Amino acid sequence: MSADQTRHYFDELVNWASARLASTETLLAHLRGEQSDFARFNHAKVRQAGSVTQQSLSLDLIDGPKHAEGSVTLTGIRSDDEARVRSLVDELRAQRAVMPDDPYLLYSQADTQSDRLVAGDLPSPDDALDAVATGAAGNDFVGIYACGETFEGFASSHGQRNWFSAETFNIDWSLHQRGDKATKSGYAGTHWNAPELASKLDWSVRELEALKRPPKALPPGCYRSYLTPAAMQELMGMLSWGGFSLRSHRTKQTPLLRMVTDGAAFDASVNISEDIAGGVAPDFGSGGFARPDSISLIAGGTYDGHLVSPRSAQEYGVSTNGAEDHEFPLAIAMAPGPLATDAVVESLGTGLYVGNLWYLNFSDRAACRTTGMTRFGTFWVQDGEVVAPVNVLRFDDTAYNLLGSNLVGLTDKSEMILDASTYERRSVESLRLPGALVDDMTFTL
Amino acid sequence: MTDLDTRLEDRLRAALPADADYASARHVVERGSHLAVRNGVVEPSSIAHDEGVMFSVWRNGGVGYGATSDLSDEGLRTAVAQASTWAARTSGRSVLESAPLLHSVGDYETPTSESFDSVDLADQVALLVDADRAFGNDDRVVDRVASLTRYDTESLLITNGGGRVAQRIRQVFPHLRATANEGSNTQNRTYGAASLAGQGGVEVLHRHGFSEASQRIAAEAIALLDAPNCPTGTMDLLLAPDQLVLQIHESIGHPLELDRILGDERNYAGTSFVTADMFGSYQYGSDLLNVTFDPSVDGQMASYAFDDDGTPAERTYLIRDGILERPMGGTVSQARTGMAGVANSRSSGWNRPPIDRMANLNIEPGGSSVDELVAGIEHGVLMQTNVSWSIDDSRNKFQFGCELGRVITDGELGPIVRNPNYRGISATFWRNLNGVGNDFTVMAVGNCGKGEPNQQIRVGHAAPHCRFSNVEVFGGAQ
Repeated sequence: MSADQTRHYFDELVNWASARLASTETLLAHLRGEQSDFARFNHAKVRQAGSVTQQSLSLDLIDGPKHAEGSVTLTGIRSDDEARVRSLVDELRAQRAVMPDDPYLLYSQADTQSDRLVAGDLPSPDDALDAVATGAAGNDFVGIYACGETFEGFASSHGQRNWFSAETFNIDWSLHQRGDKATKSGYAGTHWNAPELASKLDWSVRELEALKRPPKALPPGCYRSYLTPAAMQELMGMLSWGGFSLRSHRTKQTPLLRMVTDGAAFDASVNISEDIAGGVAPDFGSGGFARPDSISLIAGGTYDGHLVSPRSAQEYGVSTNGAEDHEFPLAIAMAPGPLATDAVVESLGTGLYVGNLWYLNFSDRAACRTTGMTRFGTFWVQDGEVVAPVNVLRFDDTAYNLLGSNLVGLTDKSEMILDASTYERRSVESLRLPGALVDDMTFTL
Repeated sequence: MTDLDTRLEDRLRAALPADADYASARHVVERGSHLAVRNGVVEPSSIAHDEGVMFSVWRNGGVGYGATSDLSDEGLRTAVAQASTWAARTSGRSVLESAPLLHSVGDYETPTSESFDSVDLADQVALLVDADRAFGNDDRVVDRVASLTRYDTESLLITNGGGRVAQRIRQVFPHLRATANEGSNTQNRTYGAASLAGQGGVEVLHRHGFSEASQRIAAEAIALLDAPNCPTGTMDLLLAPDQLVLQIHESIGHPLELDRILGDERNYAGTSFVTADMFGSYQYGSDLLNVTFDPSVDGQMASYAFDDDGTPAERTYLIRDGILERPMGGTVSQARTGMAGVANSRSSGWNRPPIDRMANLNIEPGGSSVDELVAGIEHGVLMQTNVSWSIDDSRNKFQFGCELGRVITDGELGPIVRNPNYRGISATFWRNLNGVGNDFTVMAVGNCGKGEPNQQIRVGHAAPHCRFSNVEVFGGAQ
């Protein structure tokens, strides 16, 4: 079934279900699905490969201040799916009858319509496998190819209809020189261009040359460090873990607590926003509320705004901006700075070029102190020249140092990173980030 | 036996390509439910019904899968065709060219002494309302949650060689959290950081005193606000089971996964400092360290009779008296290496292929009481309940943080301390194990992430209290 056919099918299924509601009932429906191909590689050979076709329908059945939520996978066969929806609605009615009133229930009562279709030009699986085999020939290629159509839809018994679909591909790989010494890269987008992939693979192969040098083992200490956009992705992931959530702020669990209570701040050059218009996520939430094109989160280094789910909006008496219940950003963007991207190694001078960070977590959440490891493509730079790969190091430092008092500058170009995550389904999250040059980053192990 | 629809089973069997070297259909139905009470407000109930099938086809040295939620005849035909096409496409390009998989027959069902089917939804809500109320009304507790999440998963594996494995697993995740705050100081206490979960019914709640835990959790969160920061220095460390659950997981479990040793995970979850030549001789820990892969523990999260490739599961020592004996690798990884392994090929659902995973991975109990372990410490810290975990991609350099610490001086437990952390290196940390308790707490990790495409899976761990020497301990920023 094509995305357009799926949209029509979803529309009809919700119309069918809505026609069977009691007069006092409201039904909210959210559909998520994909038709994806996956191929997993190790040593440039295929470890596992296959296709996944899935659709899951979530319903919220409301009657006054009471409601119950549920989800069911769809088959795509009308009679079967009607039976599944009928069964789920019956179960939700029974559950709702037992549940007390929900004081934080807030749902869209609009009847608006919207479509966002991101059309692509995708490769055939054979073409993709051949391109990887050719570009990675003779090298230890490890990674994942994911490609296909993802879609989300919202519909309500009030007549609201929102649809989003995208045809995308994402190849996420590493080339390994020996042991844990590897380069990391990826090629993602909507329009497949084999020469572009070949060029990126060729660059990865050339990066391997630098990894052939004997590695340098650095003792714990403070080092001037350049964090690539890929490394910044991990730091942003930690800030996103409650950092911009209204609920986390109101319950004092935000890692940016000291920004609120003690006046702690990032450098004035740090500006962070939720940039839905510049990302690849739907412009509506699963509750049907529209997401604005952009939400300022950090402005001039200080706290500026929240991501607000409908439930938080009702609980705290503010307006929702279409965030999901977890209130994580889906399209985070950090404004670039003045540092010449093409000259970061020279600007670093002597220190660490950190290609990737890995497995971050808070060592003191309230202080936004974070620990994690260096990983792929991390080098020691001496007087503006790459000298040697570096054995993995553990850092433990606060974001107020890394993005505040010790921030030398952000690069003048941002990089668009399409999230390669595929938990349950292919991600529609993205990040647009510059690199960051930092003085005295603290490494502990 | 499961209650899967027989007609569907017939259609799955009929859809399997007879001419494949090996073919299977793995049908999974998972029913989930979630209830929560937060700050006195009952949140909406949530239920989930997830169902689909994955066909796997091995033919002429290639292998592929097709997974679909469309269970119509046409949907099954399409998925089989996709699997067959991928098998043809990958022929000559795969890491393993012949199918080592079995055609097993058998079944398994979670033993349950008190089924949730007999507990009304209203009573389940009331249980959580009571747990929430028991947190108390201290203004310093700024957020509190009591929740109950359950999964009932039926799987059926059918192969083209007459194999049939049916399993039904019921898992229960109780959770409590109290968050206390004063100014820029926020402290959490939880019900074992969600580790006090397992298979079974209502009895899972009784195992660790869910209904009586709220008051203690709130009191400890408040007490942590006024507690001093954890001391810094190299000292003895006594880990409670609800911290060891993560220590085992990250620095024994993941390094011993054979697919990591083979390099499959190098682009995502990482590699391992363990190499194939270490098995049989490498001293992983002190001679007090005994680690088993044990899918037979009653009520533990990942107990089962067969893994998702149909390999029969049994209790196996991985580390005995400190010596590394065996990796965790399923049938495919065993065929790729020629090494003995265990039945740990598992998938997160019908839409992901099985890979090497942890199941129940346990530290066997020792001979010391907890009091004796404390008495043997001149200067150290007891740490309880994991809150932070981080480890390098070879699973060697780690750092963990806990919710609560207690200083130990001259063999006596002292006052509590906040923000306790420690760091070390797997390859040396376990060799500093100098005391193992005779207690044994059965626990779980509900969100182990791995694989490409990514998979999140539920695993089990069990452990006694364990004591380590010469550990780098430190506190938070404040």
